Amino acid sequence: MFRLDKSMARLGLLTLALLITNVLCAQGTQSATKFPGLGRNATPAEVAAWDIDVRPDFKGLPKGSGSVEQGQTIWEAKCASCHGIFGESNEIFTPITGGTSKDDIKTGRVASLIDMKQPQRTTLMKVPTVSTLWDYIYRAMPWNAPRSLSPDDTYALVAFILSIGDVVPDNFVLSNTNIAEVQAKMPNRNGMTTKHGFWDVKGKPDLNGSACMVNCVPHVQIGSTLPDFARDAHGNIADQNRLYGPYRGADTTKPPIAKLPGASGEGLAHAKDTHSNTPKGAAALFRNENCSACHAPNAKLVGPSITDVAAKYKGQSGAQEKLMAKVKNGGSGVWGAIPMPPQAQLSDEDRSTLVRWMLTGQ
Amino acid sequence: MTKKQIELSAKDISAVEKPINRARLVKAPEHFISQDLIADINVNGLDESRRGFLRKGFLSAVGGAAAGLTAPMAFAAGEGDPAILEKQEWQTTLGKNVATMPYGVPSIYEANLIRRESPGLTRVAASSVAFTPLQGLFGTITPNGLHFERHHQGWYNLNPETHRLMINGMVKNARVFTMNDLMRLPSVSRTHFIECGANTGLEWGNVAVPTVQYTHGMLSCCEFTGVPLKVLLEECGADLKKGKFLLAEGGDGSGMTRTINLESCLEDTIVAWGMNGEMLRPENGFPLRLVVPGVQGVSWVKWLRRLEVGDMPWNSKDEAVHYIELMPDGMHRQYTSIQECKSVITTPSGGQQLLDKGFYNVSGMAWSGRGKIKRVDVSFDGGNNWRTARLETPILTKSITRFNINWVWDGSPAILQSRAIDDTGYIQPSIKALRNVRGTRSIYHNNAIQSWKLDSNGEVSNVQVG
Repeated sequence: MFRLDKSMARLGLLTLALLITNVLCAQGTQSATKFPGLGRNATPAEVAAWDIDVRPDFKGLPKGSGSVEQGQTIWEAKCASCHGIFGESNEIFTPITGGTSKDDIKTGRVASLIDMKQPQRTTLMKVPTVSTLWDYIYRAMPWNAPRSLSPDDTYALVAFILSIGDVVPDNFVLSNTNIAEVQAKMPNRNGMTTKHGFWDVKGKPDLNGSACMVNCVPHVQIGSTLPDFARDAHGNIADQNRLYGPYRGADTTKPPIAKLPGASGEGLAHAKDTHSNTPKGAAALFRNENCSACHAPNAKLVGPSITDVAAKYKGQSGAQEKLMAKVKNGGSGVWGAIPMPPQAQLSDEDRSTLVRWMLTGQ
Repeated sequence: MTKKQIELSAKDISAVEKPINRARLVKAPEHFISQDLIADINVNGLDESRRGFLRKGFLSAVGGAAAGLTAPMAFAAGEGDPAILEKQEWQTTLGKNVATMPYGVPSIYEANLIRRESPGLTRVAASSVAFTPLQGLFGTITPNGLHFERHHQGWYNLNPETHRLMINGMVKNARVFTMNDLMRLPSVSRTHFIECGANTGLEWGNVAVPTVQYTHGMLSCCEFTGVPLKVLLEECGADLKKGKFLLAEGGDGSGMTRTINLESCLEDTIVAWGMNGEMLRPENGFPLRLVVPGVQGVSWVKWLRRLEVGDMPWNSKDEAVHYIELMPDGMHRQYTSIQECKSVITTPSGGQQLLDKGFYNVSGMAWSGRGKIKRVDVSFDGGNNWRTARLETPILTKSITRFNINWVWDGSPAILQSRAIDDTGYIQPSIKALRNVRGTRSIYHNNAIQSWKLDSNGEVSNVQVG
């Protein structure tokens, strides 16, 4: 009995001590707060886990290093299928490399941005700061597996990209200790300006319009119109407007109509009974289930095109079952290094529909 | 619940209700037995006289159905409009129950007005744009399901229970807030437009796309609810004297990061969870996004998970490689944030087909990232002569203002334009004036006067004047 009382008393003391500690802690974190009970201090580990940004002054850059050679190995395994072996590909994303010269490295201005000889702006032509490459690759690449690269991987990849642009030699090892020297060689490091009125709400605009009301442009000239071939490049505009009311869409599958249709629209050839064009069937499923994020009808994206898949399995018995299993469980190696993630969320029926549609178009 | 059960698809809706087809189904004859007769038979049983009523009911029903098929108009043409003279199905039958659509959707007759992609604009649908159908919208508020979409690495339904907002950098205490915490803080609700910096970017060199959905559809306007950024930063003891810059970071795969100008944006930026009275849609950053009024959409970081106060800009990918503007001298303008004053006529607009000449209420939208709309002028002759339009109220700062103007179309070709003036005195420029200063390669911040050409056949097309 005595023992029990004593232990109860101890428990009481302990509880009291805990309570006091809690109160003290609460006061410690809430001394500056206007909103008691809301939010808490972040732990150092939490800040470290999320605060991964790297600024132009390299604040936030983790220690580490990577060589061009290591970068090339990672590049070919994880990056080349989208960006091309040398970062030059324009198939899926705009090119990363190309358009810069050794002279640009000296001046810090990319000449092809001025003479317009380069048809397209590449990343290396634009990016002024090496920190930008490091930060973005580390935070968001590869495309289908962000945050999977280590700091050393990232150093190696940045080194590889810069070597293609001749910013660093092929035997270069990029690290946190020499990255500032690399910054001094970035081809477009002097190519940015913040002298404009768009940064601040009170900034001064670079031009202003005219408030003229009468006889402002006596001879109005049309300088540009939509080319005829682009008339239905965005689909039939009739299907993108109401089928009732005063503002119908023009039937762009046909040439413009000869005369006004009349107040009730009786002259519109495309007046239809069906008002719903909700997408249905396998094609919509393909899109809604995000298959189209990696597979296009005719072009290779992250994964093979539908056409290529259909061609590979044409006439093979058991292709339907084989591919249905691949869609469910994922797969890799058949079309390149990037794995197809498993699609376990699909019902058997949907998988069957999708695979049949990919193989047969039906 | 599975993902499928949560996300009602358009397919499910069309299964509930289908558009009325002109070739109507023949009604089953028992529908023609009156409720009174059914009640009578239930109470008193079926005798000869009641059998007689039944037979007559069948006969008239069959006859009626046959007549309906062969001669849909029971009245002579001269007597009037069959839409008035004939009884419509919805006047003579029982309508649907409440909560047939537990979350309501637009009429089936509105199915054409949906977000659409511009073919060929991007090659990867997870990093792409879906444009708002401005040609069909009224007033100033964008319905949540039609708000434009722009993602940099696809969208997710983030779990709000595990979502956190961290505030760190030049603050006394780095803090973490849950949604439970944030939604208890003092909130504001404000209506603002959001426009992608690349809106109308396809048109710098020449006319490229047919309709206002594709020329101007990276524009939406909603009432946003959330806690003012200033309240949160002060709560964390931010050093706002030295810390003039804020990094906003998203929780998606791209870890989207943008530098915000605290000197310019501190007073009206909102950390928002509400959008037009409900939670943000997942495509628009559920459960938390930054609302930076007047600043281009890319800075309204979605799935917002971290804010860092700092003393210099970050030069993130989307402020050092993209969202930079190439000038004729080969320099890129960097950190161009403000969306300058702009307007567009939405009806009639490109790709539309007018039915007849006569009276029209020409209508459009005007907005400015620097303040309120003061005036909108409309021209029907390609910019030679202008008339001032009516501005509908309320006229809010950094928000869309609807304008209307009466017009009687005589059937001859016309070129319609609108030009907005904001309360700083800035006047929306012509495309020619913009090109004279910035060339044709800058992609972003094209706020030129839009021209729509109306032909005598009633078709409207996108043109550029001068």
